[in-house]
Amino acid sequence: MAWDEVIYQYDGSFEGFLCCIYESYINKEFPIAFSGDEECFSLYAVRCVITDADHARRVMRGLENRSASGANVLRRAFLTCMEDKEAHLYAFARKLFSQGGAFLKNQSDEVYHPLAKAIRHMNGEVEKLRGFVRFSDYGGVLGAEIEPKNRVLPLLRSHFCNRCANEAFFIYDRTHKDLLLYSGGRSRILRVDRLDLNLPGEEEVHYRALWKRFYETIAIKERINPRLQDTHMPKRYRNTMTEFLPADHECRKSAIPAKAAAAFPGSAAPGGIPAPGTLR
Amino acid sequence: MDLLEKLTILSDAAKYDAACTSSGAKRSYQVGKIGNTSSSIAGCCHSFSADGRCITLLKVLMTNSCVYDCKYCVNRRSNETKRAAFTPKELAELTIEFYRRNYIEGLFLSSGVLRNPDYTTEQMIRALRILRHDYAFNGYIHAKAIPGTSPELVTELGLLADRLSVNVELPSEAGLQSLAPDKTKAAILRPMGQIRDSVVQSKAELVKYRHAPSFAPAGQSTQLIVGATADSDRHILHLTESLYQRFRLKRVFYSAYVPVVENTLLPSPDTKPPLLREHRLYQADWLLRFYGFRAEELLTEEQPDFNPLIDPKCSWAIGHLEQFPVEITTADYETLLRVPGIGPVGAKRIVSARRVSHLRFEDLQKLGVVLKRAQFFITCGGRIRSGLRFSASTLVHQLETIQRGELPPDGTMAQLSLFDTAG
Repeated sequence: MAWDEVIYQYDGSFEGFLCCIYESYINKEFPIAFSGDEECFSLYAVRCVITDADHARRVMRGLENRSASGANVLRRAFLTCMEDKEAHLYAFARKLFSQGGAFLKNQSDEVYHPLAKAIRHMNGEVEKLRGFVRFSDYGGVLGAEIEPKNRVLPLLRSHFCNRCANEAFFIYDRTHKDLLLYSGGRSRILRVDRLDLNLPGEEEVHYRALWKRFYETIAIKERINPRLQDTHMPKRYRNTMTEFLPADHECRKSAIPAKAAAAFPGSAAPGGIPAPGTLR
Repeated sequence: MDLLEKLTILSDAAKYDAACTSSGAKRSYQVGKIGNTSSSIAGCCHSFSADGRCITLLKVLMTNSCVYDCKYCVNRRSNETKRAAFTPKELAELTIEFYRRNYIEGLFLSSGVLRNPDYTTEQMIRALRILRHDYAFNGYIHAKAIPGTSPELVTELGLLADRLSVNVELPSEAGLQSLAPDKTKAAILRPMGQIRDSVVQSKAELVKYRHAPSFAPAGQSTQLIVGATADSDRHILHLTESLYQRFRLKRVFYSAYVPVVENTLLPSPDTKPPLLREHRLYQADWLLRFYGFRAEELLTEEQPDFNPLIDPKCSWAIGHLEQFPVEITTADYETLLRVPGIGPVGAKRIVSARRVSHLRFEDLQKLGVVLKRAQFFITCGGRIRSGLRFSASTLVHQLETIQRGELPPDGTMAQLSLFDTAG
């Protein structure tokens, strides 16, 4: 049965989205909107798309046959935070199926441009975060938190796994509640709803203080230029960066988690999850 | 003296060095070692200080004691300031711990001259050796080669560092004689030549033997101080060009002179650093490296300095109106690159897009062209932009008006971002 105006509801995963494409071709319909939430109230007809790995693979293979770089654009654009993401991606996939990948040469193409722009924005964020991620040493395990707009953890993964290959570390994405764990050459990304950090040790506080001092000293007073600083390092990045936080910022958040954490001084892991280094 | 105070003194003394990049070296992680140098082609900025400059490396001096008495320098012998020195172990631990926390990409090590250049370099080598070998540091190291150091020691330094630099500082021999009487042009250029030859030799050997030692794989850079002497922009730019060509430098950095001392030979201490001038020089430097311009095209004997109100590329275009307008749909890449408002990325996108689509003015913006500047110099499909009115005589004024928004509002000469006007 084909509806005229239908909303597709799926599980929010990339495979799920590929299945939406699959269903729309099977049912010969053009979904007017997508919903990645479990609940969806609407006056329009709603089709629940169930994620099926085989269907997702078929769609991916089809896209890759049209254009490998086009399939890659779709994969990347799915991680971005652009508005009406699925609608743009769906239009892009349809164009790729019907015309092949030639239009990818033209970045001003009306279907491709929104994706290209969103990916550029995301790449910029990844580039900045490679530098702006700040680890703290929690008893031998390095931990960091970030608040990105785009889902950047999969893109930061290889960089940090290479750079910190001989460490155990985690990076928590507060916005999307994803946690990247790495230890002993293996990494994975989990969904974690809440992460409470342990209190920093004395040595950690010492190095934070040294870094803060270096940061203040290196600026040349005669050249102070907040506008330029903001251009390169927008303010939204700063609330996870050591140089803009008190050296003992974990202690200042709320009294209760701090107390709870202090009750277990020996454990190196952030509350709730085992630290990567201690997985046995 | 505790570490916090040492760090304060020795980073404060190093802050006037503009070089802070981690580009050019590509070394993956190695088992048992700490870090890599392959984050991205352009290097990696870890923070931006209050002056808007990028922080990539832990930039410190080994010691700020110095036997020289260069007039422009905070560390000169005759300046009464607190002196300190890192021990190699302190420096290595600090670098490692900062690096682990992703504060920095590596170490930038310079030094005041202790006793003589050879002795100072030996101290630096000792510290870097401890960092590289005892602490297994595999990240980026930028080291200063001090003029007057013997060639064997420069070689040793180059095998430990990713990039070496020798600072020219004063753009002319006359400036050097009056302000830095302990240095000579020959003493500065000698290590530069040696570094150039060693890099070439090391690259050739690496082709033949995979495990040949690699000498300064990220090449060398230098710094010129702008505004301490009377040298013109033209002189500085020609010097830059010849440094790129003769010594194959990766970068030339410019540092607007900040008056740190009262001296009859120098600008008075209440002079503001010439930041806008520095910015124009960086823009011109970009034009030399990425846009195929030559120094003699940008400035002439009649006009030896840049117009502060218009960027160098626009200035050049106004002086060469006979080469415009450029037709977007047919011009080759090199010609597109000469249009103000079109950079390497935009030009590449245009060349690619026009093969599959008929480009309009609206599309150019989506391709990353800065249309407000480019519009005066292009046609698209044989037509100029609709509604655009200008003549050769009003063009300068129109461009000045457009760029006024990019200048600091109160007319002070603040440092501008290169990326604002990169086109």
